[in-house]
Amino acid sequence: MSVLARFAVTALSAVPAVGAWAAQSSVNLQTPVTAVATEIYDMHTLMMIICLVIFVAVFGVMFWSVFHHRKSKGAVAAHFHENTMVEIAWTVIPVLILLGMAYPATKTVISMKDTSNPDITIKATGYQWKWGYNYIKGEGEGIQFVSNMSTPQEQIQGRAAKGEHYLLEVDNPVVVPVGKKVRILLTANDVIHAWWVPALGVKQDAIPGFIRDTWFRADKEGVYRGNCAELCGKDHGFMPIEVHVLSAEKYSAWAADQQGKLAAMKEDPNKEWALPELVAKGEQVFAANCAACHQADGKGMPPAFPPLDGSAVVQGPKAEQIQTVLNGREGTAMAAFGKQLSDTDLAAVITYTRNAWSNQTGEAIQPAEIAAAHN
Amino acid sequence: MSAVTPDQLHDDHHHHGPTGLMRWITTTNHKDIGTMYLIFSFIMFLSGGVMALTIRAELFKPGLQIVQPEFFNQLTTMHGLVMVFGAIMPAFVGFANWMLPLMIGASDMAFARMNNWSFWLLPVAAILLISSFFVPGGATAAGWTLYAPLSVQMGMGMDLTIFAVHIMGISSIMGAINIVVTVLNMRAPGMTMMKMPLFCWTWLITAYLLIAVMPVLAGAVTMILTDRHFGTSFFNAAGGGDPVLYQHVFWFFGHPEVYIMILPAFGIVSEIIPTFARKPLFGYASMVYATASIAILSFVVWAHHMFTTGMPAATQLFFMYATMLIAVPTGVKVFNWVATMWRGSMTFETPMLWATGFIFVFTMGGFTGLICAIAPIDIQVQDTYYVVAHFHYVLVAGSLFALFAGAYYWLPKWTGYMYSEFIGKLHFWCSIIFFNITFFPMHFLGLAGMPRRIPDYALQFADFNALASIGAFGFGLSQLIFIVAVVKCVRGDGKKAAASPWEDAHGLEWTVPSPAPHHTFETPPVVK
Repeated sequence: MSVLARFAVTALSAVPAVGAWAAQSSVNLQTPVTAVATEIYDMHTLMMIICLVIFVAVFGVMFWSVFHHRKSKGAVAAHFHENTMVEIAWTVIPVLILLGMAYPATKTVISMKDTSNPDITIKATGYQWKWGYNYIKGEGEGIQFVSNMSTPQEQIQGRAAKGEHYLLEVDNPVVVPVGKKVRILLTANDVIHAWWVPALGVKQDAIPGFIRDTWFRADKEGVYRGNCAELCGKDHGFMPIEVHVLSAEKYSAWAADQQGKLAAMKEDPNKEWALPELVAKGEQVFAANCAACHQADGKGMPPAFPPLDGSAVVQGPKAEQIQTVLNGREGTAMAAFGKQLSDTDLAAVITYTRNAWSNQTGEAIQPAEIAAAHN
Repeated sequence: MSAVTPDQLHDDHHHHGPTGLMRWITTTNHKDIGTMYLIFSFIMFLSGGVMALTIRAELFKPGLQIVQPEFFNQLTTMHGLVMVFGAIMPAFVGFANWMLPLMIGASDMAFARMNNWSFWLLPVAAILLISSFFVPGGATAAGWTLYAPLSVQMGMGMDLTIFAVHIMGISSIMGAINIVVTVLNMRAPGMTMMKMPLFCWTWLITAYLLIAVMPVLAGAVTMILTDRHFGTSFFNAAGGGDPVLYQHVFWFFGHPEVYIMILPAFGIVSEIIPTFARKPLFGYASMVYATASIAILSFVVWAHHMFTTGMPAATQLFFMYATMLIAVPTGVKVFNWVATMWRGSMTFETPMLWATGFIFVFTMGGFTGLICAIAPIDIQVQDTYYVVAHFHYVLVAGSLFALFAGAYYWLPKWTGYMYSEFIGKLHFWCSIIFFNITFFPMHFLGLAGMPRRIPDYALQFADFNALASIGAFGFGLSQLIFIVAVVKCVRGDGKKAAASPWEDAHGLEWTVPSPAPHHTFETPPVVK
């Protein structure tokens, strides 16, 4: 786009206000930071130039004709209606141009598909509507976390000023070292999502029940942001991706820190929790995982997202609610949280819903009960 | 070939039979049915337009102001379905009904009663589709592509949509069979295939595409239906299915569908350019072959919509090469139109303005299509506003502009009165200017990284979105000008049209009086 874009920006700059406005808006692909993204960027520029040249040539002819071959200018219509040589030429020449375009594209396709010999392998799982990450192999192995959008609702609803990275910020970013080949394995828990970071030149669908993969090697430290790119339901627009590319040393420090934290957080699965403790923890788990659909006030958004406040399932026998939360409800947006959350988190959130709003069962569900329900 | 009505032997200018509403419900006349198709499609065009404007109003600035995300997704989904299946496709069938018999010198369509049934299925389907907004859970919000498993999650609005798609599919298949049989069997003596107006050729090929792919779509949505309600697992990995299978089946329909919506547009433009250039169409035979090539290629390019699903490099390369090839026959068409204009004696009445505008703006959509065909670039722009810009350039500036070109071209034949050139030209200039204000900035948005189908966006996209929203309201309001133009013609407010109101129009449709009498060509004309 660069030529056209620059032309457009230059043209618009003629009007000062418009020029100022155009200068702060981006008009081209984001600055690439991987070899593949750079190839894509350059290929796009080349394509734009070729298309622009053809465009100017064809429409130069057409508009010349439009202005000169007019009846009002006394033009008399010719009678030709075919010319074999011309017709062969404008069939063959485009084929040759296309061959020229296909060559670099083929090389890039092959290098994009080469996910062999990665330094680090990370599994990304799409959930409605957040990303889960597992560092599977390489430095940082064992690290896992869930990444939620961190933009507050007040900003979205217009009750607070919007921050610099509005909708493109998360609580737990993906962290990778600079200059290392990172292979991303993708899957999803519910519907199809897509993991897309423009500056890295990576977009790959995450398909429930299947594993797909892609890779990148970031050449520059920095923070790169992207979005889910495949329509995945209500909050499709609110599940960003944030990748922090750090130097090797900083990455090692981050990985060690994370692994230490994970070890410290390993809770004793047989610990007996008190009701207020579970409710307090459960409220946080609810806010991060459930409130998007069932709402913070438990009223839900019926009929797609039923209320929990006063719900027969929540107030009924705990076994049914535990099963619903662990395994989801088929054919609805209710996801299976059994593999997403720890037993402690599950116990806490179920306890919270059974003791929040008008639900006052007074029951505390212990992590051990969840472990037993897993079979 | 008079398989239709016994009374046509003695009746040529007057209609016997029911009057009032029953006339329209029971009619088997191709002109009446064509008119109903055109009115229906324009109503659907306005409904889809209201949805589009609601979307653009929400996207005017960052944050959620007017609609909530669930409803936003319903709007984007229904806007697509209504425009594709309710507006563009029926509009072209309306043109086919009106013009094909007149162009080939036939007295009516081959299956006149089936023709009535094909039309009257459509309002039923439209009511099912639109009423899905009012059922619990609202309309389907899975995108017009209805990708599984998201579509399996939807409420009962999805089921209504599935049935609506079934019914519209049946209507399209019957309409297509009717067109094939009419064109192949009912041409006037001397009207050989290679003498047919190009519009007949493009519709003949389109009709074959419809017959080939509408059943595929019906199969895809039926599989969703059984996955939803009858425990099958076509698209559910846990039961041995594959979500990507849906995309393969859908796009095997979906890509030919794209050409179903553009080939008749090529036909209309190929009628108009020679008339106003006062010069025969350049490369008639190569136009026919190019149309056929595009149609055949359309069956082997479907997976270019799925480059990001993750497929082997060899598959990606095959679909990339096949897609790039489509640029060749499409280029031939554009070159032929320009060569037709070259050294002509052109005037720019409203139909010619729209046709010229079509070539100019549609070609931009063609170029962005070529850019999207390059698999590595598509990885960056797939599911972004770049793609939204691309397909609106080919569907609005392509199909819709050609429909308007055709409407102004044949309005005198349909109504017997000339439209107002001032109103027609105003409609054109407002449309093309606002169209570009709306959709050109979307290329920038997509390249810079704005995904499609999102109700809210990051702050760096704010300026272009505001501009696009302003353009969209301008474009929407401009379409009301068309109503004025048509109503004036229908009410007889204008100059009376001669049988051939254009100086150099060729074709049998211009040999009958304007307005075309209720029955025409009961005795087939002889074409030399």
